[in-house]
Amino acid sequence: MPQPLISTRALNKIYRTQTGEDVVALRDVSLDIAPGAFVTVVGPSGCGKSTLLKILAGILARSSGEVSLAGRPIDGPSRNVGVVFQAPVLLPWRNVLQNVLLPIDIQRLKRADHEGRARALLKLVGLAGFENKYPSELSGGMQQRVGITRALVHDPDLLLMDEPFGALDAMTRESMNLELLRIWEESRKTVMLVTHSIPEAVFLADKVVVMSPRPGRISEIIDVDLPRPRDLGMMVTPRFGAHVAAIRAHFQSLGALDA
Amino acid sequence: MKRLWAKPEVPLAILLFIAFVGGWEGAVRLFAIPAIVVPAPSAVAQAMWTGLASGEFVTHFWVTFAEVMLGFVFGAGSGFVIGVLVGLFPLLERTVYPYIVAFQTLPKVAIAPIIVIWFGYGMSSKVIITATIAFFPVLANSIVGLRAVPRDQVELMVAFTATRWQIFRMARLPQALPYVFVGLDVAIVLSVIGAIVGEFVGSQAGLGYLILQRNFNLDMAGVFAILIILSLMGIGLHLAVMAIQRRVVFWMDSGHDRVIGA
Ligand SMILES: Nc1ncnc2c1ncn2[C@@H]1O[C@H](COP(=O)(O)OP(=O)(O)OP(=O)(O)O)[C@@H](O)[C@H]1O
Ligand SMILES: [Mg+2]
Repeated sequence: MPQPLISTRALNKIYRTQTGEDVVALRDVSLDIAPGAFVTVVGPSGCGKSTLLKILAGILARSSGEVSLAGRPIDGPSRNVGVVFQAPVLLPWRNVLQNVLLPIDIQRLKRADHEGRARALLKLVGLAGFENKYPSELSGGMQQRVGITRALVHDPDLLLMDEPFGALDAMTRESMNLELLRIWEESRKTVMLVTHSIPEAVFLADKVVVMSPRPGRISEIIDVDLPRPRDLGMMVTPRFGAHVAAIRAHFQSLGALDA
Repeated sequence: MKRLWAKPEVPLAILLFIAFVGGWEGAVRLFAIPAIVVPAPSAVAQAMWTGLASGEFVTHFWVTFAEVMLGFVFGAGSGFVIGVLVGLFPLLERTVYPYIVAFQTLPKVAIAPIIVIWFGYGMSSKVIITATIAFFPVLANSIVGLRAVPRDQVELMVAFTATRWQIFRMARLPQALPYVFVGLDVAIVLSVIGAIVGEFVGSQAGLGYLILQRNFNLDMAGVFAILIILSLMGIGLHLAVMAIQRRVVFWMDSGHDRVIGA
């Protein structure tokens, strides 16, 4: 096995709340993600999925344990990472194109060198012609697609996505899933995506990380052996159904049925 | 007709105005109220015409207007700059802000006489009084606005490796602008009050000076005419701030796509 792009060992995160109590959000999380892998994380609400993602993004400090990105300990955010949160978090005074170019501005790169790529990505997510619109003129789903484009514009090796499709309707969601798989297959990025939807987790992933609640820990890692490229037709195959059923059964046994 | 109903407030406001002025004129004539108590609207219009035609109102208008503008620019400008510094350096907020609040609790009207003694009967004392009044609303709103940035937005910028300064420039400052404009709008209206207070305390020119003079001569119609000019100045300045706000804070919902029932 090549050196993992992301590696965590005995990772713990304890939040100290305002009332002075300690909340154990992550306990003893050890995980390796190979370069180019598509990993999804499922688990009931509050089990620490976002916490894990924020630690990997370098915006939240761990309490103990080790985390590394490409062999180096994570002690802050990296330019080589693109993040998408559950909410689109666009800047209302920037138009679509300017929002997409935010990472370019932050890294003090020349906008002109990246505008072509930004426009191409916008076209890919179905937003051609919306470059000069402002966020308030877009639907929630369109805003989220702008957020995804923004995470891709600086061509990072690692994409961290926290329930990026949670706000989308089922149809847009499916087409965004396909689009994301296409981008991933073309660029061979490493993707870690948090989701509430078990079918979505199975459909997208090489590996599904199943988390259990309070304290958040990894209870299982499932290899998904569905062939690629994937299409929506696969969602009705017995093999797909078996994976989904296995994860559901797992949550049921924990008494935390989620999806 | 359709246009009219789209903005029912316009014809209604005009009707209200006509009814009010007409009622006022009628009441003054009917009850034979002496002009030194309440002048009739026709007398006020007459005084307005004389004042404007002689150029007296115009000259004094510019004096007051200049005091208002200069005081506003200095007061609001320093309020914004200090607000930004306080927003950037939390330590500054804890050390300096208590003094600023203490200063704010001082009624500016009460210190106006001192300022006139220190800075004389000319324009500079009025500018300073106006500036002290315009300062605080802009300061307070700038500080609140700079804090208003959503946590998500900061986290996202940090994740994309933004520096503190970039977060300030690209997220916090634009986020604060709508708040700053609320402060500017309050400040511009208070600035007119500040200039007039200064002129009341001691002056040789300006609309406030004119009011005192007319009052002394029991020329009520003249006083009312000047009050109208003053309120027109206030309305004009308020509208100017609003117009600038719409251009600068262009992304804020101007409310033309109203929510049904709202
Ligand atoms: N800033 C914080 N301070 C204190 N506790 C926190 C904080 N953020 C999260 N927690 C707690 O940590 C636990 C994990 O939170 P996290 O947001 O990672 O969950 P999640 O799996 O992403 O949930 P969801 O699916 O609802 O988004 C929760 O119990 C939450 O209450
Ligand atoms: Mg979450």
